Amino acid sequence: MNENAELTKEYFEKRKRSTKTSTFIKKLLGNKNPGDFIFERLTLLFAVLVFLLVLFMAWEMYSHSILSIKKFGFHFLVTSVWDPFNEVFGALPIIYGTIVSSVLGLLIAVPLGIGVAVFLSEIAPGWLEKPLSFLTELLAGVPSVIYGLWGIFVLVPWVRDSVEPFLQNSFPNSPFFQGAAYGFGMLAAAIILSIMVLPIISSISRDILKSVPNTQREAAYALGATKWEVTKIVIGNAKSGLLGAIMLGLGRAIGETMAVTMVIGNRPQISASLFDPSYTMASVLANEFTEATSDLYLNALIELALVLFIITILINILARLLVWSTERKWKSNPA
Amino acid sequence: MEIKSSLNKISLYRRKITNVIMLSLSFLSALLALVPLIFVFYYTISKGIAHLDLNFFTKLPTPIGEPGGGMVNAIVGTLILVGIGGAIGIPVGILSGTYLSEFGHNKFGSLVRFLTDVLSGVPSIVVGVVAYTLVVLPMKHFSAFAGGVALAILMIPTITRTTEEMIKLVPQSYREAGLALGIPKWKTTVLIILKTAWKGIATGILLGLSRAAGETAPLLFTALGNRFWSTNVFQPMASLTVYIYEYSTAPFKDWNDQAWTAALVLILLISVLSLIFRIITRSKYKV
Repeated sequence: MNENAELTKEYFEKRKRSTKTSTFIKKLLGNKNPGDFIFERLTLLFAVLVFLLVLFMAWEMYSHSILSIKKFGFHFLVTSVWDPFNEVFGALPIIYGTIVSSVLGLLIAVPLGIGVAVFLSEIAPGWLEKPLSFLTELLAGVPSVIYGLWGIFVLVPWVRDSVEPFLQNSFPNSPFFQGAAYGFGMLAAAIILSIMVLPIISSISRDILKSVPNTQREAAYALGATKWEVTKIVIGNAKSGLLGAIMLGLGRAIGETMAVTMVIGNRPQISASLFDPSYTMASVLANEFTEATSDLYLNALIELALVLFIITILINILARLLVWSTERKWKSNPA
Repeated sequence: MEIKSSLNKISLYRRKITNVIMLSLSFLSALLALVPLIFVFYYTISKGIAHLDLNFFTKLPTPIGEPGGGMVNAIVGTLILVGIGGAIGIPVGILSGTYLSEFGHNKFGSLVRFLTDVLSGVPSIVVGVVAYTLVVLPMKHFSAFAGGVALAILMIPTITRTTEEMIKLVPQSYREAGLALGIPKWKTTVLIILKTAWKGIATGILLGLSRAAGETAPLLFTALGNRFWSTNVFQPMASLTVYIYEYSTAPFKDWNDQAWTAALVLILLISVLSLIFRIITRSKYKV
């Protein structure tokens, strides 16, 4: 009897313990199959990895440019002497070259890109739209270095022999078209950038114009509007999205490396003339990174990469928010 | 009354004229956009084909001044670099894309989705700098592995987002059918959902790989380049794109000529990849 009671007690205690552990596992799994538990955590791990990658990149560049950040501080961004030999690094002419070449490129690419987008989404019949979209996207798939190769041997001679003399003769007093026509310089870089960002602007703008519901067009037609007036209404409805597309193009232009490096002439200077050579942040990295002999030089270059990273991230965040807001506007509230 | 109607006529006339002008401008810009495409392809093909021969695919580069030679090391190098990038980037992309579509309907999911889009806008040269500080500095020398890491980071956004979009196309009834049979969710996802969406995911992978094959900037100070035959991933490695850059900026005529041939071979390599991409996408919606 006694023995029996002990056995029963033992049995119940064992059972208690095992239910305890099993409730612990149950709590952990939340009533899930263990495979599901592992699978969800595994995919989550990789999603976290992608998330951390962006932060990690910023940290990695910050920690490797600390020498230059400490030595030059804010002066890095606002002084204009870039002299690796004496280890003085002021990135202003480089930042200037980056921004001016990108903005000039956009000045050419934006009207064209929006024009292409309007043609593809509003005018072109279906059989023409598909091959044309494919061709413009093909333009986006050509590697940057091939644009650069073409730039050196075709675009630059053309700019030197035709475009620059023409501009100089047409506007002899303009400060923008002064000096010797080398071909290599700001103008060639702007042209090649405009070719490279055109497909991005046109394909995203096309998607955005297409996301405007047809009821908007039909309402305008019903009031007797011409096709162009209808298009104006569609563009007005998609304004913020189109701005986002332009910003995405700007982000791409600012970070574009190879083609620009090969045609811009690579000289850190601030000059009003578009004929003069210039330099961009990405080209400095491409040209000088392997030649950086001292730690400070390398740190200054990595700081330049960090500045480029921050600028493009900010532009991209703004652009994506704009594009998303337009596309969501019609999804949540189909007019 | 008469004056008013004639005014209306004038304004209608003007509106119609504006309409025609603006629409033709839009058409012209579409034509103009194609001009650079034609030019780039025309020059690459016509100049590249002149030196395209069997030697290009079988021989190593010759020293300066010595004509002939090929770029077999760069062709193999590009394939190896893209292979390393894919080996790292494809699993990360597929798994994080699976998370986003199957479990990511929360704030963290949208944050990752957003950051992936932002990551795709980071300049490739910046990714190269990160790969340099991450791999080259600790290892103390340039290596193909470092180049592969850079290419992987560049591929991840493309593959993640395509995987997510393609998995979303799989009808909900497939998931329900799997679960109704008592199959655990992870098995349903791997064996049914991923398998159904596989063709679409493969197109994303091919797109990522073909873009990586055309990258130059992130390789300049990671894989560096190599004039000799090398398949050691922990040593510097040649690639077609870096050769195009070096040979086109050098002051030697025969190098410049070979740069065009290398460009043609690179475009052929990428077109073969995108051709496969197109063929697969065509049957994507037959889910």
